[in-house]
Amino acid sequence: MKNYLTVKIREVRKKKQKLFCVFLTLGYPSIAATERLILSAERSGVDILELGFPFSDPLADGPTIQYSSEQALKKHVTIREGFRLVQKLRAKGCRIPIVFFGYLNPIYAYGEKEFARDARSAGMEGLIIPDLPPEEETAFQKECRKRKLHIVRLVAPTTANQRARMLVGKSQGFVYDVSLRGVTGARKSLPEDLKAHLSKLKRMTSKPVLAGFGISTPKQARDISRVSDGVIVGSAVIERLKRGVPAAERFIGAMSRAVHGA
Amino acid sequence: MKKLPDARGHFGPYGGRYVPETLVKACEELTAAYRVIQNDKKFREELRYYLETYAGRPTPLYEAKNLSGHLGRGRIFLKREDLLHTGAHKINNTLAQGLLARRLGKTRIVAETGAGQHGVASATAACVFGLQCVVYMGTVDMKRQALNVYKMKLLGAEVRPVHSGSRTLKDATNEAIRDWVTNVEDTHYLLGSVVGPHPYPSMVRDFQSVIGKEARAQILKIAKKLPEYLIACVGGGSNAMGLFYNFLKDRQVRMFGIEAAGEGVNTARHAATLMKGSPGILHGMKSYLLQDKEGQVRLAHSISAGLDYPSVGPEHSYLKDSGRVSYHAVTDSDALKGFEMLTQLEGIMPALESAHAVGYLPKLMPKTRKSDIVILCLSGRGDKDMNTVQRHL
Repeated sequence: MKNYLTVKIREVRKKKQKLFCVFLTLGYPSIAATERLILSAERSGVDILELGFPFSDPLADGPTIQYSSEQALKKHVTIREGFRLVQKLRAKGCRIPIVFFGYLNPIYAYGEKEFARDARSAGMEGLIIPDLPPEEETAFQKECRKRKLHIVRLVAPTTANQRARMLVGKSQGFVYDVSLRGVTGARKSLPEDLKAHLSKLKRMTSKPVLAGFGISTPKQARDISRVSDGVIVGSAVIERLKRGVPAAERFIGAMSRAVHGA
Repeated sequence: MKKLPDARGHFGPYGGRYVPETLVKACEELTAAYRVIQNDKKFREELRYYLETYAGRPTPLYEAKNLSGHLGRGRIFLKREDLLHTGAHKINNTLAQGLLARRLGKTRIVAETGAGQHGVASATAACVFGLQCVVYMGTVDMKRQALNVYKMKLLGAEVRPVHSGSRTLKDATNEAIRDWVTNVEDTHYLLGSVVGPHPYPSMVRDFQSVIGKEARAQILKIAKKLPEYLIACVGGGSNAMGLFYNFLKDRQVRMFGIEAAGEGVNTARHAATLMKGSPGILHGMKSYLLQDKEGQVRLAHSISAGLDYPSVGPEHSYLKDSGRVSYHAVTDSDALKGFEMLTQLEGIMPALESAHAVGYLPKLMPKTRKSDIVILCLSGRGDKDMNTVQRHL
């Protein structure tokens, strides 16, 4: 099975464009809304979709994603439903690379091996697990490698240089640069050392480096994309989504234009 | 026996360090600093000074003759952690971590609290060591432990209410970790139990192991032999690890960890993680966890806020699997009976957490012989629980 993430990255690089990644919480406000949003995101030129699986204790997330997770969990969203949705999208011809974002425990409860197998065969390209450093669950990580399910590594502003080199080396697909010290959530301004940090990471690797956490306006997205290889936007999308799917779609469109015009 | 944990903080399959990347550096720094102070005479002297002159160590080992007479068979001794400054064993750990935070150059500490005992002990350590202190507490717990909220504020700490999830200890811990991620450069996370990412489970255990070290010396002096039984309540499990640790190699010493059965382990409302949970990952560690089949964390319930936690220290998970410690659970109502019994027979009002261990004695004592010695860790005093007790008795 082709890994759309690899294909997409090659494509965008050739065109010397930036990558725009959107985060959505699976099942918020409903599975049907998530489906509609993924399809419209692809149409508005979103390059990568980060599909967040809700967890009862999302400790890397701020109030916005906590809220969307709680709402989705009230409807008892399951990992299986996530897989079914991706399968359905792929059957419809949707080719946007989908990266699963989730905390480790639901994956562990599903069965790590089974998860790697089913995620890939449903049509997911990668994984972002904020509470799984490379040092833990090495058997699971091996299984993902075998299945060609890319594990995207996060690098934080606090990460020491030597460790950052190890992380970007291990990261598959792209590198996720956590732009700030803190949890996810829209911020008015981003830290001053972000650009320096991005440049440092870019010197360490030829893989695309995307910045995420706190990015909430087209201006910020455009600004940061000049240094990074793209941005990841989550909470700001979910904030719009609270007002309805069309508001979120308009916002995604505006952000996409900002990143791609950069 | 192997020395646990391994270099990465694993107790067999449990423990480890499942944290967001932002916290890896802080955990590594803490591990390194902890390794240094373990062999640092000056640090140990300083800690001993505060434990003895400020907290009130050593705590007495009291033979509860009335209680033993009432229940029959062996002799019951109480390790009186309830007599410590601030009313519980929590101060052993907060003074140590307070000193450590100061050494790390941190100016601010954050802590989570359930019963408020760790919050008060953290606020106290912050006060004496000149650190800024923020305590996260679930709004359910703020209500049932209102007195401790007031104490923390008097001590100069800021108590931040947590409205998310079950609004108890689990969610307070989430918020404390989020604060730590945000302010990691100047903030030390003063975790209150043997839980969380490496090095916390082993570090807090070591700081609490003074309980068992003293108890061991005391009982050898009084009875010229080791105890046959140790018993302690288990929420996160810090007082239990503190008591058990120095006896783990003594195979003849049998150990009982008592969890909170809430309204019963076969109802949906309990906090008996080791008895009814399954391995999972929460708060930076792998350990037994109360969870549904989708891996979502279930809400715990206990009358005692300090035991109201859906996971448990990873070393307890290891000790359960290895069979070294046997874990049981006591219901809310049996804990209240334990509270009443100790109050009426010995004039000692235990914290509702410790009352769970007391509440197990009517089951344990008939199995003992007359010459047997039972040491119970009376981890805290009951002042904070007067409102709850008044409502129920």
